Amino acid sequence: MPITADQIRQVAQLARLELESGRIEKYAHELSSILELADRLSRIDTTQAQALAHPLDRVQALRPDAVTDPVGEAGRATFQSIAPAVRDGLYLVPKVIE
Amino acid sequence: MHTLSIRQLSEGLRARKFSARELTQHFLKRIEQHDKKLNSFITVTAERALTQADAADARLAKGEGGPLTAPLLGIPLAQKDIFCTRGVKTSCGSKMLDTFVAPYDATVVRRLHRDAGAVLLGKCNMDEFAMGSSSETSGYGPVKNPWDLTRVPGGSSGGSAACVAAGLAPAATATDTGGSVRQPAALTGLTGIKPTYGRVSRYGMVAFASSLDQAGVIARSAEDAAWVLQVMAGFDPLDSTSVDRPVDNWIGSLDRPIEGLKIGLPKEYFAEGLAAGPRRCIEAAVAELKKLGATVREISLPHSPLSVPTYYVVAPAEASSNLARYDGVRYGHRAADVQTLEELYKRSRGEGFGAEVQRRIMMGTYVLSHGYYDAYYLKAQKVRKLIYEDFRRAFETVDVVLGPTATDVAFKLGAKTDDPVAMYLNDIYTIAANLAGIPALSLPCGFVEGLPVGLQLMGNFFDEGRLLNVAHQYQRVTDWHARLPGAFT
Repeated sequence: MPITADQIRQVAQLARLELESGRIEKYAHELSSILELADRLSRIDTTQAQALAHPLDRVQALRPDAVTDPVGEAGRATFQSIAPAVRDGLYLVPKVIE
Repeated sequence: MHTLSIRQLSEGLRARKFSARELTQHFLKRIEQHDKKLNSFITVTAERALTQADAADARLAKGEGGPLTAPLLGIPLAQKDIFCTRGVKTSCGSKMLDTFVAPYDATVVRRLHRDAGAVLLGKCNMDEFAMGSSSETSGYGPVKNPWDLTRVPGGSSGGSAACVAAGLAPAATATDTGGSVRQPAALTGLTGIKPTYGRVSRYGMVAFASSLDQAGVIARSAEDAAWVLQVMAGFDPLDSTSVDRPVDNWIGSLDRPIEGLKIGLPKEYFAEGLAAGPRRCIEAAVAELKKLGATVREISLPHSPLSVPTYYVVAPAEASSNLARYDGVRYGHRAADVQTLEELYKRSRGEGFGAEVQRRIMMGTYVLSHGYYDAYYLKAQKVRKLIYEDFRRAFETVDVVLGPTATDVAFKLGAKTDDPVAMYLNDIYTIAANLAGIPALSLPCGFVEGLPVGLQLMGNFFDEGRLLNVAHQYQRVTDWHARLPGAFT
């Protein structure tokens, strides 16, 4: 099923991606051919198959509810030192509420 | 020194034939001389390397080192730029992370460099966010193949492969989501192993597709790969998918004879897609393994031709979720002059991600979106189960599954960049192991017109030791792995 330029715009919006306008048609064409590849799956009988989300059939590992991050609280300044914009220990973004 | 094995380097260090500083300087000099031709490094950590080498020399002087206690003490290694390295830029091949200096070490980095005393030479170039099969999607320019500078080294771990193939590092770490350890190893004449899913910690390894990603090694031989992997592997409570189970003694099992080994040749891996030259090399390698006492039988992995479409639904779906974290707020690229939060997200991501990453994010968003989830994502997970079952059945009758790693030798730079589907089909023989979660290894088995050919061995869960053992026994009677490309001797 071919993907239209409008669908590309919609998916890009969902993914919060601003696309160069000149690329939209190209992406529509490329995603259509990738989906054509994926459409091969529709011909396979999977009525007996259970979905496999994870290769090791295990339950999620559990641990005591304690701080284990090796960087810890002292890492706050380290983490903020690589942020594009911070002030007073806070990350800055454009104003959200007027 | 760049032609010695890691075992020989370790022996040389302990016998004080050369110091870790001299060894490190040798490789740093080779990087300086040769890497302009290859572009295999994004960052060279020369100063840090010499500091680490001096620390290793101090430990060696106290009698430390050796295969049992500290096999990599003083051995220089390169890291794929996907592993967070404290205080060093960790770009993942993306302009999105061009300014990202990692605030902590990945477990792989900690084990190799902080605990085991290996020396970090630098961070290797790669496809952006490991999405690619040629290392051409890197935000830092393409990597060249040392065997022919007009050809690709494979990907996504192309920088790791190119630097080891050219003798700029004894070995390098790599990661494998759909073949990114094995395919570049094949295209550059090296040995690369992707262990069982969960065998090596993913903590601090930039996430692409979390149910498939696994760290591995690219080295010049199975023995070298075993020496590095032995140190990297093991349970890590910081990665919830890490497997809590002791690591086997892989170094110790290399010398076992392989008499009686049962090899399965899946007929689907020898169908029309495989080029004639590589086919002949692989058949010759099978004959060699038979001489060593292995028995061979044809098997079938009937669903393996579906691994590419399955992967290109599952992997982009997971990637679209994992890459949501790059928002221009906490780290990474942030667009200038934005008025609203939404504009900040959209422009930062539009500017920071390259075309292949954008394609995969959109593909993933599409297959997870309302109305398509069942048709694509759920369907792909069910086919994934069928692929897994194929292997489960195969390992009831054989010990290892053998086939090609890639359909052909390395292709020309630019040959497939305009056709994503042609690029994706490169991974046809490697992806199934990731979908099933089993270990797989590529090793060199010949040359076609001067270009290396890779042979793939796949094993049952946690049977890395057998793959390394079989590859090592083959490498004892052949010398494909010992060759260096002419321009880098």
